[in-house]
Amino acid sequence: MDKKVIIALLVENNANVLSRVSMLFGRRGYNIDSLTVSETNDPSISRITISAGGDDRVIEQIILQTKKLVEVKAVQLQDENSAILRELLLVKISAEESQRAAIRDICEIYKASIVDYSSGSMVCELTGKPCKIDGFLDVVEKYGILELCRTGVTAIDRGSKTMECIDKTSHRA
Amino acid sequence: MKLTGAEIITEVLIEQGVEHLFGYPGGAAINIYEALYHRQDKIHHYLTAHEQGATHAADGYARATGKTGVVLATSGPGATNTVTGIATAYLDSIPMVVITANVGTDLIGKDSFQEVFIAGITQPITKHNYAVRDITRLADTLRDAFRIANSGRCGPVLVDIPKDITAAMCEFSNVPCYERTASGKPEEKDLIKIAELIKKSKRPTICFGGGLISSGASEEFCSFIEKTGIPACHTIMGTGVVGFGDELDLGIIGMHGSMTANRAIDETDLLIAMGTRFSDRVALNLRDFAPHATIVHIDIDESEIRKNVSIDHAIVGDIKLTLEALLPLLDDTRYPEWLETIKKWRAEDETMYDGDFKGLRPSDIMELIGEKFGEKAIVATDVGQHQIWAAQFCKKTRPRGFLTSGGLGTMGFGYGAAIGAAIGCPNTTVFHITSDGSFHMNMNEACTAVSNNLPVITVILDNKVLGMVRQWQTSFYNKHYFATQPERKTDYIKVAEGFGARGYKAETRQEFEKALELAAAGEGPSWIVCPIDREERVLPMIPAGGTVRSAILE
Repeated sequence: MDKKVIIALLVENNANVLSRVSMLFGRRGYNIDSLTVSETNDPSISRITISAGGDDRVIEQIILQTKKLVEVKAVQLQDENSAILRELLLVKISAEESQRAAIRDICEIYKASIVDYSSGSMVCELTGKPCKIDGFLDVVEKYGILELCRTGVTAIDRGSKTMECIDKTSHRA
Repeated sequence: MKLTGAEIITEVLIEQGVEHLFGYPGGAAINIYEALYHRQDKIHHYLTAHEQGATHAADGYARATGKTGVVLATSGPGATNTVTGIATAYLDSIPMVVITANVGTDLIGKDSFQEVFIAGITQPITKHNYAVRDITRLADTLRDAFRIANSGRCGPVLVDIPKDITAAMCEFSNVPCYERTASGKPEEKDLIKIAELIKKSKRPTICFGGGLISSGASEEFCSFIEKTGIPACHTIMGTGVVGFGDELDLGIIGMHGSMTANRAIDETDLLIAMGTRFSDRVALNLRDFAPHATIVHIDIDESEIRKNVSIDHAIVGDIKLTLEALLPLLDDTRYPEWLETIKKWRAEDETMYDGDFKGLRPSDIMELIGEKFGEKAIVATDVGQHQIWAAQFCKKTRPRGFLTSGGLGTMGFGYGAAIGAAIGCPNTTVFHITSDGSFHMNMNEACTAVSNNLPVITVILDNKVLGMVRQWQTSFYNKHYFATQPERKTDYIKVAEGFGARGYKAETRQEFEKALELAAAGEGPSWIVCPIDREERVLPMIPAGGTVRSAILE
């Protein structure tokens, strides 16, 4: 049965890594729902967070195939229950004078902030778990979504445990 | 000492033990060639007709010797011409380092003359690749390339180097040559589990692939089957490890495998797979593959475990180390009933190859080569019917003695591979078994064999058709023979002579024996063209997705 998972990678910080990771997904037919990447506190290392879907065998393959890439220093399946998951949403909603109060109420409930206000539209910003963002969008949809962008999910474990890079100079496969 | 980038490349090659290099020069690569000019005492460069040939030659060299094959090509078309050869090596896990020159750094990204982004193009067909942008990283990048290519599961690594980097100066000092060491020792508890399974089994069967040869475990493997009496089948990549006709040899598994091997897989209660990846030509029907078996998988690449087939017990590690550790744990349980059944199947197999065909038969050709040249000879094949016949009937081989493009199925692989093998193994007779279809892909490499006076004997199984595709048309497409009967008028003897090689024709067993003698006695390369009946098919055949029960036998 297909399920969604969040996978965190520590990778070398160079220009080819992102294409190598996405090429792997492309050529093996794995689905990426979202992918985020940024430099870490160690400037030689970037962190990629991938949200992907598939059955158990596909998920296992994604992890093992990704691990084989020379530039990938660590791979971790994030436990959705214990990890902190966050995504940022910016959405431009069609908002006539008469609808604004209602939209403001929704934003308050979801702790979304209104970051732009113009005649006929407003832009809301919301940070949270992907499911919270899905929920917010469901509610505001009826007002008319003019444009939207989501950053994709990023994740970090709770507690003092951190992801460690593995030395691959003697890697086997 | 301060050296140019080109000199650093040459020095790292020498440092890493490279003696033979296959390549083709060009504008972007010319600095590297200048450096090689001064180091001809240490590195021999073989100029091929085409970069694809150079890549297959490096591949054949690696397959025959176990050393890393090295290719040098120029930018743009030089680089793209290596692509098929790189993919061939990638699919068969062959250690190879491909160095491509690129245009100068200031011209990169501007669609300059002879510029392609080869690091991007080869990303999905290399184990890893590099685009060097900094001369201070050049030497270590090349060293990493050698280490990655020939460690763990081997594979090709490409290093792309812009022309200005080959001219720039940098401090250089040698480091020790990288030596492959077996890594991945199995855990005791896994070994005990497998030993128990072997003891409990009534009908155990081994299936091994090219990984066994890469790991250098052939000897350990033979001791293993001798001690346990477990019969073994192999993929085409595993050809040569077990003596053909040994009591425990089941032959090839899969689409064109022996019925014995496929029946054994169908009935076995314990399948031990080693260094193989259950491709669609081996495990044709995943749902019905080894349906009664507990499956044990030993492989160095963790991602191969459960990739295609469900596995009950896995050992991720080196096969040689695994077998060495496993051997002392085994008692002398034997399987007389199982071997009796297998013996019966084999007897049925042997009657299958008779048929009413005129003239020279593929089986005759391979058997005569085996009889005359024995295990010492190396056989490199192209791809198609002749490839499978070669694997089925070449009765005597050895590990690293049968070179074939198993994974990618590259027509045109054989000549380059044979040339590389002849260079890597001097004083060895190298056969290039090909067909009229495959040979027309890369016969241009005849000039390389002639220039270097390489005693490669090309045997052309000439049925005047693209036999394997035509066979599918016969079996599955109502004999709609389209684009498989090219009506070529190639006169192979004249073409051979035109290249400066020798050409012979053989239509009977006697003529073939005679031609073999002449071919082996003369200098340099020779071709023997053998007309064969175009209705000869590769049998048995299990159609894609089928099982042993759907095998086509006649």
